Amino acid sequence: MIPMQGFQMDLVSEHRLSTMSPVEKVRFIIDEVKSGKILVLEKGLSPEEEAHLIEMTMTLIEPDGFSGIEMESYPSEVDTSFIGKILKKNALKSRLTVIGPADQLKTLKKDRDMISALISTTK
Amino acid sequence: MGVIRAFKRNFSDLFKKLFKKQNARIGIYGPPNAGKTTLANRIVRDWTGDAMGSVSHIAHETRRARRREGVTINTNGSSITLDIIDTPGLATKIDFHEFMEQGMDEAESKRRAKEATEGVIEAVKWLENLDGVILVMDATEDPFTQVNVTVIGNMEARSLPLLIVANKVDLAEASPSTIRDAFPQHPMVSISALEGKNIETFYEELAKRFG
Repeated sequence: MIPMQGFQMDLVSEHRLSTMSPVEKVRFIIDEVKSGKILVLEKGLSPEEEAHLIEMTMTLIEPDGFSGIEMESYPSEVDTSFIGKILKKNALKSRLTVIGPADQLKTLKKDRDMISALISTTK
Repeated sequence: MGVIRAFKRNFSDLFKKLFKKQNARIGIYGPPNAGKTTLANRIVRDWTGDAMGSVSHIAHETRRARRREGVTINTNGSSITLDIIDTPGLATKIDFHEFMEQGMDEAESKRRAKEATEGVIEAVKWLENLDGVILVMDATEDPFTQVNVTVIGNMEARSLPLLIVANKVDLAEASPSTIRDAFPQHPMVSISALEGKNIETFYEELAKRFG
């Protein structure tokens, strides 16, 4: 029997991330991506969390090692719900996000509502 | 008399501290090679006669944020004074091999990559200390990059003003309308920072957004 080869892709539910603090979310994502996994986040990250993730990624880049992440999310949508308006002046709804190692995940095309990516099984 | 004079001076200092209007701090952001420093140089040269930094076709030429304080821009009879911060190009990945492909040796490429990562961190940290952002995009490239999405999201979350600049419209393949369609909720100006094309409109929009 030929052993199956490939990459691991984890689909992370909104509920799973909602139980984590922003620091825990970023740490979780970095650890998973550094181990070679592709993550699909059902709800994505807030813009501030995305910025924090970029910052953390930069601190971990090493020559001939981890070269960073490929992250693709749709532009945020303004939360027009009644609750959203009450809670925040400019509440944003984050949307589905794909994150993976930069040397394995490559975005082919992206627009407002569609992300097309290529996942390489070789580094 | 000395006591009264000291009281007056202290009161005056306190008044200045309380009511002195600080210049708005405007960051120039964007992916590497979008033309941020070219635009910063254009602004600073046009209004102070000086320059901000060097430019290069190799990515991550700017690896330290540079601030120029008190740049006064006069346009359409009004005047605004801004602190301009030219930031390093934002990226989610930096691979030193890409610099080697541009002809740099390995040691130099690794050093540049290391400095580039530090520059990205600096640029991200600046996001929390700004009053507005000029987001420079290369009009020949796909505008839906993660860097653009993240910067726009951060400005929207903080309810801070943003001006999108579709740069490099002097190039035949430029498509500023693609950028406008991608982010229709924000004002956009098409310019060539290199050639100065449409730069007056840019200054007018700058005064309108950040004045």
